[in-house]
Amino acid sequence: MNTLFDKIWDAHVVNKVEDGPTQLYIDRLYCHEVTSPQAFDTLRDKGIKAFRPDHIIAMPDHNTPSDQQEVINDPVGRKQVETLKANCAEFGIKHFAMGTKDNGIIHVVGPEKALSLPGMTIVCGDSHTSTHGAVGAIAMGIGTSEVAQVLASQCILQSKPKTMRINIEGELQQGVTAKDVALYIMAKMTTAGATGYAVEYAGSTIRNMSMEGRLTLSNLSIEMGSRAGLIAPDETTFAYLKGREYAPKGEAWDKAVEEWKKLKSDDDAVFDKEVTYCAEDIKPRITYGTNPGAGIAIDECVPTYDGLSDSEKAQLKSQLDYMQFQPGEKLEGHPVDYCFLGACTNGRIEDFRAFASVVKGRKKADSVVAWLVPGSWLVRQQIIDEGIDKILEEAGFELRLPSCSACLAMNPDKVPAGKLSISTSNRNFVGRQGPGARTVLASPLVVAASAVTGVITDPRKL
Amino acid sequence: MAKQKFNIIKSTCIPVAIDNCNTDLIIPARYLASTTRDPKFFGDAFMHDLRYTADGQPVADFVMNQPEFSEAPHEGVHEIIVGGQNWGSGSSREHAAWAISGYGVRVVISSSFADIHRNNLLNCFVLPVIVSKEFQQELFASIAADPNAVVTVDVPAQTVTNEATGNSEHFDINGYKKYCLMNALDDIDYLLSQKDKIEEFEAK
Repeated sequence: MNTLFDKIWDAHVVNKVEDGPTQLYIDRLYCHEVTSPQAFDTLRDKGIKAFRPDHIIAMPDHNTPSDQQEVINDPVGRKQVETLKANCAEFGIKHFAMGTKDNGIIHVVGPEKALSLPGMTIVCGDSHTSTHGAVGAIAMGIGTSEVAQVLASQCILQSKPKTMRINIEGELQQGVTAKDVALYIMAKMTTAGATGYAVEYAGSTIRNMSMEGRLTLSNLSIEMGSRAGLIAPDETTFAYLKGREYAPKGEAWDKAVEEWKKLKSDDDAVFDKEVTYCAEDIKPRITYGTNPGAGIAIDECVPTYDGLSDSEKAQLKSQLDYMQFQPGEKLEGHPVDYCFLGACTNGRIEDFRAFASVVKGRKKADSVVAWLVPGSWLVRQQIIDEGIDKILEEAGFELRLPSCSACLAMNPDKVPAGKLSISTSNRNFVGRQGPGARTVLASPLVVAASAVTGVITDPRKL
Repeated sequence: MAKQKFNIIKSTCIPVAIDNCNTDLIIPARYLASTTRDPKFFGDAFMHDLRYTADGQPVADFVMNQPEFSEAPHEGVHEIIVGGQNWGSGSSREHAAWAISGYGVRVVISSSFADIHRNNLLNCFVLPVIVSKEFQQELFASIAADPNAVVTVDVPAQTVTNEATGNSEHFDINGYKKYCLMNALDDIDYLLSQKDKIEEFEAK
């Protein structure tokens, strides 16, 4: 009567601290340049080596520019990237350098190289580590102190979260993607709705969802407050992983798949909370506020203040003031300045196929700046191999180089103050895409439709 | 980060009544491009874009710039933040905890915290205290009535007391972490002492 989460958790318990947390063994640590330098300092201060360097993979992604990768002009960002490289050399850790074919956003690269596998415990100093849960793993974001702990001992101390199952049943309508599903759940549950829980996604909609879609959904678990978003591995998972660079090969593969097939919640598993949503209720979605839960269906209006308490009204007003939206305003048709396709949320091949399917035979609106940024060099190569780059080019778009890009304003791709961006990234926080930048979150289809019209557009109506 | 032993903290508070105050607000991403843990650097970046305009001028009506709350934290003064619900949501950046600690704050009180940020605070020797929404609202009211209202956080007893009203609540912390905070001990030292068990686990 165990849940999938329980099974993986229990298999990794090294020790239960008396009246305290659980000491959990970690199979895979990923490091990027922003949240690791101080962790390596901790090891140096203590005069210790990395305990299991072969379990660790590092790559820069936050600071890498998307227009060229010869040089990082910002000296502070450059120093972080150089520091990661030097730390990896010093501690014997595999490093996928900027501008090489192995590089990309960690949460895109890990699954696509089969470095993240079913049944693993995976951590990284990055909240979107939840992404890797889509392969059937416990994957959680951690802080830099915890990165140091894993470097030093391959373990972390964690209290076991409660479990929640989110079932999505039915068939998604045309024009509705995994991103819309996630934005829908967030709006229903709020951004703290899953705080304290590890989420498992289940139901027929998930079973029929592609691996790329599942990765998008798991990626956004943290935006509901859940550190982990698991999906039981199935034939879709195995087909995705098979033959990838670090996947087990030959007999080892067959043996692994046999074990992975056991990784599912038992029929009588009891979750601390269980919710079910109907896929047919979900439309293409956009956000109107400054947290990802502040969202509506694309044909709905911004909420009004009717029926709100004074404090609720004040919270909504401050969001709408920042976004320069009016209560009750319809956002469909609202002009946009920037369009961003990419990030660990929507920087995979399927997202570029979706974008291309909309812009094919159309032209980019002159009024918008569009950044199309693959999540990895592997994704970029696939885009070229499939001829998608030609479709994008003919429509007036330019394909950029793999990077976190405009998701978080730590590299040159910053949205200027006051400009409105429609973005496939994960956060619409105040200043997230640049100081004063205003962000509307949406799917690749909605962003593509908006990029060719210059206004927020429902892809079903094009 | 300065590791200070926790016992009883009795201090005035800074009220930051923002719900869903995410870690991007606590410290904007452009301040993450550091390779050190300089407390002054991160303390100065704390709540930066709410404290300052784009050209570096203090935002007069932001709480931390108001005369009653602008004094930098020191013993008995502004060592406690009373925050809105879902404090520290979003990015896992521990830099947010470094910013709070670097500014001089030792306790954050809220009705709810995001999971990763809560762990980060504890690892940076800042105590997250979870109280009921009613108690949180009463604290905001007491501070609004008197900016010098004092709150006592008694770690050994696991109680938080609004001295203005005399009301008190129990807060949860596991015995292990309480011992660590009261004795300024890190998780990493505990884990390093467990090497035998880890190797035993790996051999299985």
